[in-house]
Amino acid sequence: MLYPPFRDVHRHGNDCDVVMNEHHSAPPAGKPKGPLDGIPFSVKDNFCTESMETTCASRMLKGYRPPYTATVVQKLLDQGAVLIGKTNLDEFAMGSGSTDGVFGPVQNPWSYSVQYRERAGADAGWTIAGGSSGGSAVAVAAQTSFFALGSDTGGSTRNPGALCGVVALKPTYGLLSRHGLIPLVNSMDVPGILTRSASDAATVLGVLQGLDKKDSTTIPPPATPTHLPEEIDVRKIRIGIPREYHAPGLSAETLSQWTRVADLFEREGASVEPVSLPHTQHSIVCYHVLCTAEVASNMARFDGLEYGHRSALEDSTEALYAATRHEAFNDVVRRRILAGNFFLLKRNYELYFMKAQKVRRLIAQDFARVFHGGVDVLLTPTTLTDAAPYRQFIQEDNRTRSTQEDVFTQPANMAGLPAVTVPTALSSRGLPIGLQLIGPALHDTRLLALAAWLQKRLCFPRLELAGTWAEPGDVGVAPGLQGALQGHT
Amino acid sequence: MYCTLGRITSSLQCVALYLRPVRHRCGVYVGPHVVENRGGQNITRHRKKHTSSLSQSQTPHHHNPKVPQTPTWECVREDQLPLPTKVPPDLVDKLERLALLDFRNQDGVDCLEKAIRFADQLHVVNTDGVEPMASVLEDRTLYLRDDRIEEGDCAEQLLGLARNTLEGYYVAPPGNIPLPERDEREVLLKYSEM
Repeated sequence: MLYPPFRDVHRHGNDCDVVMNEHHSAPPAGKPKGPLDGIPFSVKDNFCTESMETTCASRMLKGYRPPYTATVVQKLLDQGAVLIGKTNLDEFAMGSGSTDGVFGPVQNPWSYSVQYRERAGADAGWTIAGGSSGGSAVAVAAQTSFFALGSDTGGSTRNPGALCGVVALKPTYGLLSRHGLIPLVNSMDVPGILTRSASDAATVLGVLQGLDKKDSTTIPPPATPTHLPEEIDVRKIRIGIPREYHAPGLSAETLSQWTRVADLFEREGASVEPVSLPHTQHSIVCYHVLCTAEVASNMARFDGLEYGHRSALEDSTEALYAATRHEAFNDVVRRRILAGNFFLLKRNYELYFMKAQKVRRLIAQDFARVFHGGVDVLLTPTTLTDAAPYRQFIQEDNRTRSTQEDVFTQPANMAGLPAVTVPTALSSRGLPIGLQLIGPALHDTRLLALAAWLQKRLCFPRLELAGTWAEPGDVGVAPGLQGALQGHT
Repeated sequence: MYCTLGRITSSLQCVALYLRPVRHRCGVYVGPHVVENRGGQNITRHRKKHTSSLSQSQTPHHHNPKVPQTPTWECVREDQLPLPTKVPPDLVDKLERLALLDFRNQDGVDCLEKAIRFADQLHVVNTDGVEPMASVLEDRTLYLRDDRIEEGDCAEQLLGLARNTLEGYYVAPPGNIPLPERDEREVLLKYSEM
């Protein structure tokens, strides 16, 4: 069992041994169950896994063992994939650094790399992994898993994907079932897929997508297969560069990479054009209101009676609820709930909540207009900068950081569109920079095909850690999961 | 028309920003403290520290006129926003009762006021004639399965998750007792922490 030094996997003990033993006691005879048979994966700890502790990195659910498994996890287990652990996150997936969970912060393995130590200096502290699916991103980056599941509400899969140098897909809303994903914002949440190559992400997507009668917000998947073509002809592709995605705070290096990739597309014959999504800068504000409002509603279920933490204070039902929630929620969760309740007060409902819903429509319409105009995909940065040192990141509170870090990612959640981050280059400090592709709804496969095309040409370097890591070729690769272990370029 | 004026204004202001790299006078979005210069300054200083180790000469220079080389966001001015909201003690109490959560301390209240100020930016967006959007799937018919019982009989399993049950019931303390007043609540919750 690989030991996770980065606090990415916090459940790799007895439960996983059980899962492993069950899987390995009967060696497969004959055909593999599917392309993922025998492939190790990890899952963010806000997906329910039957009888395996599922905590959402919160005291509220410490010790909670769900009576059922999330649909997307079950589909992977049915394929024969091997669950090696539940990964660390921000508490209840609220945050953009994976620094605010009850198990402690997740460290970015790139800040232990040879590249970082050489360029940033020996005194440079370790950096954040991004969030809230930091543990999942690290699991893939540090090769403790071939792929991992995260969740994406405002960028929680793409943000750590970019900061940890892996491919992270936010699928079209409704394509993957949310049954078993402990909800944050029902109208925006999606399970996310993290892999080291876009073709692996397509393989996983093919397994996971589909209608689920246990989630009425699932939609029929497109008829086209998810297997990526050998090579996509970019001369037929129109790339849009939304001008509003140069937000204040964008680092010079990320801007440079954005420009470099736009150049690359153009040189290879794609049509690259500037476009406008006029309401972009208001998207983060809109997201903030809708997110807190839905969170306030979703978190109301945690009262200590049916599951989870229960306070010893038994004076009255209300006192029990209040004490339970006081004891078990951290400041981040608490503040979001209170803000949400404020926006949902009768006097504020129209002014804030309904207003935000109207602005949401404007944001969705911005995208629709651009895609109906013939643009196939948008190219944008994923994050403002590379990963910040932890010491610096925590100097601002969680909400402040989220409003900065989620700037480029949450519009796709508001509009329900697929988006993928592609590892592009290392910054001058040796940390990954990722770029984002956003596509029209249900065009996830084409998005991944473009991501694969980019990966082939960008030559993103391998993570070099001093010490004991398995070399590619030491562990067998299942057919169909190409590019997972090779130092992909 | 609005967009053109906005673009001209924003490019002028962006130029002004670059001449004065430290202070964001006009309240352009840099984070949650849209109109508070102190907050803006703090964030700017952190960003500068964060990037100071970057070697300028190592940044490769790419040029594509289709990629905007300067920030394009437009300033949100104080006078465009409603008056800042203060959260008085009775509203604090109301929210704590509704949410069954406490603010804990003044920091929590301050944080809420900042969150409201940030949300106030929504008011500069013209939404006349725009319908609210609750879900991106609004133009689809929800999938409904057959009304047929397919699973159940899991009462024991579910009750097993609760801390306090009795003969197939969840046990709750007596209801119909209102939450105590704020001062008493604070004492109670402090006690519950221990």
